[in-house]
Amino acid sequence: MEKTDLIVRFAGEGGQGVVTSAEGLAQVAAQVGYNVLTYATFPSQIMGGPTWTQTRISVDSVLSAGDKLDVLVAFNREAYDTHVGEIGIDGVIIYNSEEFELPDQINVLGMPVTQLAKSTGNPRAANMVIIGAIAHLVNMPQNYLNEFVTKRFTRGRTNDEQIISSNIEAMTLGREASAKTKIKLGTLAKADKSTAKQILVKGNEAISLGAVASGLNFYVGYPISPATTILVWMQQNLVAKEKFVYQVSSEIEAITALLGAGFAGRKAMTATAGPGLSLMSEGLGLGWMAEIPCVVVDVQRGGPATGLPTKTEQSDLLACFHPAHGDISIPVIAPGSVEECFYATVSAFNWAERYQGPVILMNEMSMAERAQNIPMPELGKLQVVNRSIYNGSNGYMRYAGDSVSPMPIPGHPGSYIANGSEHDPSGDTTHLASRHIEMTQRRFNKLKLLTNGTYESLNKEAPITIMPWGGTKGPSLEAYNLLAKQTTSLSWFYTMFLNPLPETLLTQLRKKELVIVPELNFMGQWSSILRSHGINAISITQYTGLPFKVEDLANRILDVVQSHEKRTVQT
Amino acid sequence: MTLKNPEYDFKWCPGCGDFGVRRALEFAMKSRLQEKEIPLVNNVVVAGIGCSGNLVHLLEGEQPYGFHGIHGRTLPIALGVKMGQPNLNVVVVAGDGDFLSIGMEHIAPQAARNLDICAIIMDNAVYGLTKGQSSPTTLFGATTSSTPFGKLEEKLHPLELYLSYGVSFIASGFSSKPRDLAKLITAGMDHPGFAIVHIQSPCTTYNDTYEELKGSVKKGIPAQLWDLPDTHDPSDRDAAYAAIKSSGWPLGIIYQNTDRPAFHQQVDKMISSVDSKTIDQLVAKYII
Repeated sequence: MEKTDLIVRFAGEGGQGVVTSAEGLAQVAAQVGYNVLTYATFPSQIMGGPTWTQTRISVDSVLSAGDKLDVLVAFNREAYDTHVGEIGIDGVIIYNSEEFELPDQINVLGMPVTQLAKSTGNPRAANMVIIGAIAHLVNMPQNYLNEFVTKRFTRGRTNDEQIISSNIEAMTLGREASAKTKIKLGTLAKADKSTAKQILVKGNEAISLGAVASGLNFYVGYPISPATTILVWMQQNLVAKEKFVYQVSSEIEAITALLGAGFAGRKAMTATAGPGLSLMSEGLGLGWMAEIPCVVVDVQRGGPATGLPTKTEQSDLLACFHPAHGDISIPVIAPGSVEECFYATVSAFNWAERYQGPVILMNEMSMAERAQNIPMPELGKLQVVNRSIYNGSNGYMRYAGDSVSPMPIPGHPGSYIANGSEHDPSGDTTHLASRHIEMTQRRFNKLKLLTNGTYESLNKEAPITIMPWGGTKGPSLEAYNLLAKQTTSLSWFYTMFLNPLPETLLTQLRKKELVIVPELNFMGQWSSILRSHGINAISITQYTGLPFKVEDLANRILDVVQSHEKRTVQT
Repeated sequence: MTLKNPEYDFKWCPGCGDFGVRRALEFAMKSRLQEKEIPLVNNVVVAGIGCSGNLVHLLEGEQPYGFHGIHGRTLPIALGVKMGQPNLNVVVVAGDGDFLSIGMEHIAPQAARNLDICAIIMDNAVYGLTKGQSSPTTLFGATTSSTPFGKLEEKLHPLELYLSYGVSFIASGFSSKPRDLAKLITAGMDHPGFAIVHIQSPCTTYNDTYEELKGSVKKGIPAQLWDLPDTHDPSDRDAAYAAIKSSGWPLGIIYQNTDRPAFHQQVDKMISSVDSKTIDQLVAKYII
């Protein structure tokens, strides 16, 4: 029997090679043309601690990390005990027999992983032993593995050849250990290697690349999980003339420095998580009031307060919609896949320039660290919006008119006061009611420039709609595809442009009998916002710190649909 | 812009020290225009919230750029402006409440970086705009609207704080001497690094200290203000510390360290030592 999909979970202690094994397997598979997705969890400590990472490989596009495991790789007893319940019916367990013993049974393969690696002269090749064993289980050709190892370790060093051969040997040892048993998972169908160039990136890396592609030239940030990887990436890669990257002393410094830079003509960004977003509250209000473009990335984790720093959640939505006091509505974009992370970032910068104010880009822990193969972005074809700049003489009325006006750049004529107090067109403070009315309307008018965002739909006439947001898109679409085989009454709508929503999408959603919103929070935050738009929306919530499982979600959607239909018949 | 803009209704009280500080800042910007041909629009005045911050709206004549932000955050806004465009002359105007209470956390990092800006601090030891509450520089035991039974905190000594944080230019001035003050502000702007000009700028409504500052022979009150002698060497940190620890307020440039490179110079140096990558190169790193 041919398999089209392979789900492998690596579980153990931090530092045992859980992540490198999972990412190695993903790279092997991606290199020969499979679609891959990894899902990583982290213990909230520096060394050790239980951790697991999941790799899914498929001939089709991968939407979620997958429910039932084909293979569990257990590096220790605790990992086995914790995860054994997630193995599918025909699933296989691979474990490190140096750590613990399992009774001999079908579908269990114990290997002295470290010992096998050491015997190749390269103790660091333990993950290759495991990858070799897995490859045998699904009849993955050896040349795939050789190609991967050769590519990965050809680094122009004198010992390249030695490392390559020891890694290949390690994989062979794993393959042989696996071959000694009779365990088989079925042949993995051959991948259809696309001719288009692909890249393998994580969500936060896609955001970083998208920002640079948009012309980012000012980045400041403060370390916070799970946004730190963006700061670290920038410190490494945004070093160039006319660019500035720095770790500042707090999120308050980050947002206010961003505004100073935006005022000075820069394309500026910072990335944070919930606690940092809370600290940025007043600064975001200032950006809205003084009309200064900038992008703030919120990589969500479990909240409130310190919450669950290393778990995933979608509970910052209301905070992102209304991050500050007063009449304010900050534009929000939330990508739903690693690929969307790149393009959403480009859109966020374009929005910031078009309406001249802060834009919040929402990511979430599960996507931040998820590696996925995506088509290589065609940089030459990106639409990048640049600032509308004032080129006239002094005496400019910066805030005149009922929508966006060109921004003067300090150092050039057109001086004005960027003001967080209510102001007149010159930027001087005023308390006149007529000015407050005029300026409030101006600020909200500018949002109208952003209501032409794109969205997706399937079976769009059907009266009941599934409409997730952010990273819940993947599992929801997979659940939708399952349900679409059973019923035609379901439609699918999705957009990453949450505020303002695309106008034509709003019109369609208002006509629906019911809009079902799967989301990872207790309050049902997105459905409450949709209801405020006059849409009959209801949430399916989960707040476990983990993403939805597809089968669970499909069943819960079905329950909601059925009880809705029953109610409709009764009335 | 009051003279041109009748709609702007804020006024300083008669006798407010901030009038003199405004005049001094105008002198300083004009003298740099005349002597160094630095256009007015190359100046960015980042203002705090409070009576002193409103200075940015009250400047007369040709206008610099201004940024009137939120309470306590002048320094990080200035950080963004300066590092966004290092060729600009960035000036902070704020009071003792804005700068030393809510904004205190931002002083140490800018001092450590030696951010090339000039902060003009108007100290009246009171929150004026909110009508007379105690500030970090209000005297111990002082009765204010928020300390009706006396202030229970020791007063902060800002100059000592600046010196211990490593601020590379520290000057102390008095609002009633705008010509002298303009010289201090000009020197602070010229200094390649973090400059603070700390000014005694009394509040005639809530904390009128003119008499204590200037002294009164008639009433037998000794002056708190005293001029630093010509022999004072600002590059001598010990001498600076001694001046600060003497009673009263020394007037003049207390401390100046010109050995440290400014923050943007450090950044330039780092950039020139690293190979920068194009977006195409960055994307290429991830090709499968």
